[in-house]
Amino acid sequence: MTDLTSLTLAEARKGLADKTFTSLELTDAHLSAIEAARVLNAFVMETPEQARDMAKAVDEKIAKGDAGPLAGIPLGIKDLFATKGVRTTACSKILGNFVPTYESTITSQLWRDGAVMLGKLNNDEFAMGSANETSCFGPVGNPWRREGSNTTLVPGGSSGGSASAVAALLCMGATATDTGGSIRQPAAFTATVGIKPTYGRCSRWGIVAFASSLDQAGPIARSVRDAAMLLRSMAGHDPKDTTSVDIAVPDYEAAIGKSVKGMKIGIPKEYRLDGMPAEIEKLWSEGAAWLKAAGAELVEVSLPHTKYALPAYYIVAPAEASSNLARYDGVRYGLREQAKNIVELYENTRAEGFGAEVRRRVMIGTYVLSAGYYDAYYLRAQKVRTLIKKDFEDCFARGVDAILTPATPSAAFGIGEKGGADPVEMYLNDIFTVTVNMAGLPGIAVPAGKDAQGLPLGLQLIGRPFEEETLFSLGEVIEQAAGRFTPARWW
Amino acid sequence: MSTATHKLLKGATGDWEVVIGMEIHAQVTSNSKLFSGASTAFGGEPNTQVSLVDAAMPGMLPVINEECVRQAVRTGLGLNAQINLRSVFDRKNYFYPDLPQGYQISQYKSPVVGEGEVIVDLDGGRSVSIGIERLHLEQDPGKMLHDRSPSLSYIDFNRCGVALMEIVSKPDIRDAEQARAYVTKLRSIMRYLGTCDGDMEKGSLRADVNVSVRKPGGPLGTRCEIKNMNSITFIGQAIEYEARRQIEILEDGGQIEQETRRFDPNKGETRSMRSKEEAHDYRYFPDPDLLPLEFSQEFVDELKAKLPELPDQKKTRFVADLGLSAYDASVLVAERESAVFYETVLDKLGNRARDGKMAANWVINELFGRLNKEGRDITGSPVSAEQLSGIIDLIGEGTISGKIAKDLFEIVWQEGGDPRALVESRGMKQVTDLSAIEKVVDDIIAANPDKAAQVKDKPQSLGWFVGQVMKASGGKANPQSVNDVLKSKLGL
Repeated sequence: MTDLTSLTLAEARKGLADKTFTSLELTDAHLSAIEAARVLNAFVMETPEQARDMAKAVDEKIAKGDAGPLAGIPLGIKDLFATKGVRTTACSKILGNFVPTYESTITSQLWRDGAVMLGKLNNDEFAMGSANETSCFGPVGNPWRREGSNTTLVPGGSSGGSASAVAALLCMGATATDTGGSIRQPAAFTATVGIKPTYGRCSRWGIVAFASSLDQAGPIARSVRDAAMLLRSMAGHDPKDTTSVDIAVPDYEAAIGKSVKGMKIGIPKEYRLDGMPAEIEKLWSEGAAWLKAAGAELVEVSLPHTKYALPAYYIVAPAEASSNLARYDGVRYGLREQAKNIVELYENTRAEGFGAEVRRRVMIGTYVLSAGYYDAYYLRAQKVRTLIKKDFEDCFARGVDAILTPATPSAAFGIGEKGGADPVEMYLNDIFTVTVNMAGLPGIAVPAGKDAQGLPLGLQLIGRPFEEETLFSLGEVIEQAAGRFTPARWW
Repeated sequence: MSTATHKLLKGATGDWEVVIGMEIHAQVTSNSKLFSGASTAFGGEPNTQVSLVDAAMPGMLPVINEECVRQAVRTGLGLNAQINLRSVFDRKNYFYPDLPQGYQISQYKSPVVGEGEVIVDLDGGRSVSIGIERLHLEQDPGKMLHDRSPSLSYIDFNRCGVALMEIVSKPDIRDAEQARAYVTKLRSIMRYLGTCDGDMEKGSLRADVNVSVRKPGGPLGTRCEIKNMNSITFIGQAIEYEARRQIEILEDGGQIEQETRRFDPNKGETRSMRSKEEAHDYRYFPDPDLLPLEFSQEFVDELKAKLPELPDQKKTRFVADLGLSAYDASVLVAERESAVFYETVLDKLGNRARDGKMAANWVINELFGRLNKEGRDITGSPVSAEQLSGIIDLIGEGTISGKIAKDLFEIVWQEGGDPRALVESRGMKQVTDLSAIEKVVDDIIAANPDKAAQVKDKPQSLGWFVGQVMKASGGKANPQSVNDVLKSKLGL
C-alpha cells in the first residue's frame, strides 16, 4: 500500500471518489510512512487513532455520496495550530503539555471539508527560526541530501516539519504559517509548493501568535494544484479574527492551467544581490524564460526600499512577539517553575520555558518598544513598512500582475551550519520573502530546479492583494516546465 | 455662568492654591466584555464568566464589542466632547497575574473621545466649568484574592476584560469641594445616560487623583497621584491631606517627589506606593490584532438624537417651565432617581402648573429630609410618588392645610394608604364652613375681651387669635377664612 503515499492530493481525491481505495487505506499508508520516518523528526505528535477514526467516518460519508472537497485526505498540522484535545505546544517548552479545548478556525474548516489529521508537525519554537533548529523537540531532517553525502540538512523553517513531511510523503499536504518566509523558504528547501496568502485571507484564530500583523497561514503541498485545493478550504472570513477580510473565496483550482498570456511579470532589480550564487541567478533567468515562453511579458521593475525590509522586519516582528509572548507567564497554563514570589515565578518560568532564539527576540522586541527607543526603532520601522508597501503598489499600478524572484538565497544547509556565531547569518535566509509579509501580499514558492549538489531550489511569485489565482496559474507554468522533484529515500 | 471662587490654603508663607486633575475609571454598562462575549454580571462565582479570550489562551483574538463603543460615544456626547471618528487601540504592556495577556488593551495616542467640558454645581448656587481632556476605552484586569491561603494568591478573572471608560480631566479642579462635585456630576451624567451604574462600592467608578500645590498664579508644582479612590468623601479627605502634606514639605524647604500614593481611610492620610523611578515602562504600541476603530458621523448623530435629557437640560427646564429656583432644580436633578421621582409626582398631579413648585418643596424638604434622617435613598422611600402627589393635590385644592398635610405625610410614611381616603376616614378635612368658624371665633373673642379690645391698637396680635382658632379647630380650619372672619368680627 505504500505507493498510495506517492499520489498527489488531486490523484488521491480521484482514487477515493472512484473507490479505488478508502480513506482508511490511504491514512494507514501514511501512518506507516510516518512510523518509518521518525528519524526525520517531522512529527512531534502522531495521532493514529484519531486519524483512523476520522478516516472511517469520512469513508462512510463518501459511501453515502456526501463528501467534502478534501474528503479522506490525510494531512499534517503544524504545531502552531490549536487542535481540540490534541497537545499543542508551538514546539516550546513553555506550553508544556498544553491541550486546547478549542480548534483553530483553519483546522476546523479542513475537518469540515473531510480532511483527516495524522498528527502535529514540528516547527521552530513559536515559529521563530529559518531552519527548524529552535524547536524544543529538536531539529527536523530534510529528506533531501547533497549528492554523495550523508549529512542531514535542515528543511528550512519555521514550517520545517510541514515541508519535510510533505516532501518525504508522510502526509498529502500540511498546514503551515508564514511570518517572514516560514512557508516559502522550507518549501524551496524541500521541493514542495508553499503559498503564503494575502494577509487577512485566512483566519488567525486559534493559531499561536508570533507577530500578529505579519502572521498568515497557508498550505505546503506536493503540487501547485494541491496547494490550490488546500487553500480553498483554509481561506475565508472569520468574525473571530477582525483582521480577516470578508471577500468570497474563489475556486483556486480553476486557475490551474489558465493561460498566462499577456501577463506582465516584474523582475525586481534590487533582488539581484551582490555575491548571489550563479545557480540562483541561472534559476531565476530560467524561470523568467519559462513564463515568457508561456506568453507572459517580462519587465524590469524597481522596489527601491527592499534593502530596508529585513532590518525593519527584525524590529516589527520581535516587537509584536515580545508582547504576544507575555501571556506565557506560568500563571494559568503550561510550564510553571517553582518560585518564592511572583517576579521569580515569571523569571524562572520564562527563562526555563523559552529557548535562546525566542529569548533573544523577546529582548529585541522589548528594547525597541521601550520609552526613548520607540520612535527611533518601532515607529521608523513602520514607516519603512509603509514605503515597502508603496513600492509594490507603484509596481502593480504600472500594470504588473506578479513579480518573480528567487525564493531563497541558497539551497538547504546542514544542521548547525548557520547562525551559530551570528544570528543575522540565519536571518538573511528570509531576504527575498520578508518584503511580502511586510506588504501583506500573497507569495508562492514553487520548485524550479536543483543546485550543483542536487539540492532543490525554488522560485517565488509575488501577487497583488487577494489575487492568489494569478500565482497558481503562473506557478503551474513553472511547475510544468521544471518538472516535479522527489527525494531519494534514505530513512 | 458665575465663576466660583475656590478655597486657598493658608500656609506659614502665605496662601497656596491646589491644582487637581482626575482620571475616572467608569465601568461601561454592557452585557458582555469589551473584547469577548463573556458576561459582565457582578457577583458571579469566581472564574465562571471567563472566555478563552479573557484567559489569554494561545491563539485567541479580541473582537470589539460595539455596544461598548456606543456607550463611550454616548458618554462623550454627555460630556459635550469631541467624538473621534477614528481611534486606535494600543497595548499597554506589563506583567501582573491579574492581567492574563501580559498587556491591557487600551487607547493611548488616539482616544475615541477628545476634549469636552462639564459644568459642576457647587454649594450656594455657584458653579465651575471643568475641562475634559479625553475619554478612552480599555480593559479592566481581573481581581487578586490574597486572603484565601497563607501562602498562595488566587485570581478571579470574572472582571477581566470588562470595558472601562477612563475619563481624564484637565487640571482645572482647585479644591476638595470642586473635586467631590466633579465626580458627583460625572457620575450623575453617566447614570442619566445609562452608560455606567456609578456604584462606587462595587468598584464601578474609581478615581485616580493628581494633586499639586503652587503659589496662586505661579507655575505648576510637582504632582502626586493618589490611586484607586472609590468614595467621594475619601477623595475630598485625601486631597485635603495631600495638599497640606505638600505645603508643609515645600515650606520646610523640601521638594515634592513625583510619585504614586495610596489613601488610608482609617488614618486619613496618603502613603507612598512607588516613586517615578519605579514607574513602569508600558511599551505602548498599536494592537496589531485590532483594526483602528472607525465609525461615521451618522452613527454619532443617531446616538446623539436618542440621548436622554441630561441633568443640566432638566434643570434648565424645571426653572423655565415650573418656576423652580436654580438651587431647588439642581437638588432635584442631581440624582437620576430623584429627578424621576419628582417627575412622576408631577405627572400624577391634578394641577401641575399650580402645584409643581409646591411639589418640588415637598420632595426636597419633607421627603428628602425624612429619607436622610432615616438613612434611606429615594428608591427605598415608603411614600410613593403617587402618594405624594395625592397629598399635594389635597393641599393645592384646599382640602387640607399645609400643617395637616405634614401629619398626613407622617401617616402615609408609617402606615401607607391612599391620602384622599385617609383624609376622609380620619376627618382631617379643612373646615371651610364659615358658620362653624364664626362660632369658634365668637367663643374665643368672648373669652378674651381684653385682648379683643387691644387688637385695634396692636394689629399684630391678630396672629394670636388665628393661633387660638386653629388650635380650637384641631388645625382643620381654613387659615384664610379664619383670618377673614377674625378681621371682620374684631373690626379691623
